[in-house]
Amino acid sequence: MQRTIVRVQKIEHEEEERGIKSMKKILSVILAASLMAASLCACGGNKSASSSAPGSLSGTIQISGSSALQPLAQAAADKFKETNPDVSVTVNAGGSGTGLQNVSDKTVDIGDSDVYAEEKLSPDKAKSLVDHIVCVVGVAVVANSQTGVSNVTKQQLADIFTGKITNWKKVGGKDQKIVIINRPKSSGTRALFQKYALGGKEENTGKSLMEDNSGTLRQNVAQTSGSIAYIAFSYLNDSVKPLSVDNVQPTYENIYSGKYNIWGYEHMYTNGQPSALCKAFLDYMQSKNFAKTITEKGYGLYSEMKVKRSAPGK
Amino acid sequence: MKLKREKLKKEYLGRTAVTLAGLFIIVLTLAIGAFLFYKGTATFTSDHHTVAEFLFSSDWEPAQQGSGGKVGAAIFIVGSIIISAFALLIATPFSIAAALFMAEISPSAGRRILQPAVEIFVGIPSVVYGWVGLTVLVPFLAKIFNLAYGYSVLAGAIVLAVMISPTITSIAADAIRSVPNEYREASYGLGSTRWQMIYRVVIPAAMPGILTGVVLGLARAFGEALAVAMVIGKMQAFPKNLLSPTTNITAEITASMGNTAEGSEWNNALWAMALLLLIISFLFIVIIRLIGKKGADKT
Repeated sequence: MQRTIVRVQKIEHEEEERGIKSMKKILSVILAASLMAASLCACGGNKSASSSAPGSLSGTIQISGSSALQPLAQAAADKFKETNPDVSVTVNAGGSGTGLQNVSDKTVDIGDSDVYAEEKLSPDKAKSLVDHIVCVVGVAVVANSQTGVSNVTKQQLADIFTGKITNWKKVGGKDQKIVIINRPKSSGTRALFQKYALGGKEENTGKSLMEDNSGTLRQNVAQTSGSIAYIAFSYLNDSVKPLSVDNVQPTYENIYSGKYNIWGYEHMYTNGQPSALCKAFLDYMQSKNFAKTITEKGYGLYSEMKVKRSAPGK
Repeated sequence: MKLKREKLKKEYLGRTAVTLAGLFIIVLTLAIGAFLFYKGTATFTSDHHTVAEFLFSSDWEPAQQGSGGKVGAAIFIVGSIIISAFALLIATPFSIAAALFMAEISPSAGRRILQPAVEIFVGIPSVVYGWVGLTVLVPFLAKIFNLAYGYSVLAGAIVLAVMISPTITSIAADAIRSVPNEYREASYGLGSTRWQMIYRVVIPAAMPGILTGVVLGLARAFGEALAVAMVIGKMQAFPKNLLSPTTNITAEITASMGNTAEGSEWNNALWAMALLLLIISFLFIVIIRLIGKKGADKT
């Protein structure tokens, strides 16, 4: 009798322990599941920009889009936070197309783009976006440092990229095959290059390599002999040789004066007029205080431009 | 009384939580498949292109706005197939040999050295493979074959082979280890040498598992984006030979997705390619299950 009671108590005790352990396991599973569900709900979250008292800004700004503009946007976000500690600015890349789409859908507050919205979105979607030009970016033709060429004429440039000239010796360099490393056809930089450097001529796609990422592209040009490509001024360094076109060096002075015409505006689009917070941020980016950062990072100042362009169809 | 209530709690609470979690995973997978199907078929329903044009034409010129472009994805599909096939050709002999070494020839060294090495390899992110391929393999190929550049099908195949061989090796090793010892004893009993035992008894017996590993490796090779994109040159043309550059589905999606806006013909065409990748992956899984069933039937 005594032994049975002890055994029943032992069994009850063991079962209680097991019960507690499995309760813990079940609780952790339920907790994990509810966490996942809660995070899904939180996804739609805080994307509205708000300002409370005048003089003290607070809220969040979401920016996405062009990877060419991302370094500058991130620098602006960091500097803006120094004077407005209650504001949080998140900068993502993803490409001009993504940025335009996101701001059109109102998933972000500001969409960065290397091209005019009219070139990527349908006309009615582009109509609701407001353009803010924050800087200018120049596009330089770069070649591998071993080609022996430092200048090409506009005509030679067009002939190289359309495939008429295939050897560097025809433009004064070594006897080396020209290897073109292009951008994807959907790239805004390519559209810019085609319009202003090649005069609208169609590039030879089936015979050129392709790379979209500017960093990888620079690496490819540096290590492939005979290669030629085009990248933004902000990516130039000693590993590749920038070529002058018609004896005009790729510098911002030449862009400002209008001598070098391979450049584009960097746009920040908002859906409709910007909110007070976004307007403060955009004003900061276009202000004189930020101009030094713009030139430091390898971009050009819109205020210095003596030539202007307008959106297609305007 | 207390026992019965506890049993109820343990039984039903546990089962409900687990069932919900399982259902969630199933719903998620189905949702992804349905979403891809919906976005991928937009090319055929709203832009009015035919499946035949998509699969067999090599004219890839989608319009960024409006429609009226061409969506022939043949170059990308052929590129993906060729690079994956060659990667498999290179990787399979080495992987099976490594698996045999790990499981049969030297199990102790296998367990202590090769197994951890293989597991480390599986964990290396693919962008590292791509970067090493770009900075080391591509110039090397250019030098020994005396080419203008080393971006080629061969470079892509080698990088992919290195990436998928740990997968094939570990699955093949498991398959070989699970061959019952009685088979080996029986083979020795009939007077075979060790090599005869391996290639006449063990490998045929482990074949379903080895084939599973091979198909999994192929599926991984097919879906690999970053590593392969960095070394194949992404030239939009059919490769002339093993040493010429080409492009593949994943490289094109990676390069162009961010530049296009949703709803445009180009974006829809990229979604269609993504859908194609999903369908091919499902095909591989179906093949694996068929092999597994055939293997189970044999034993």
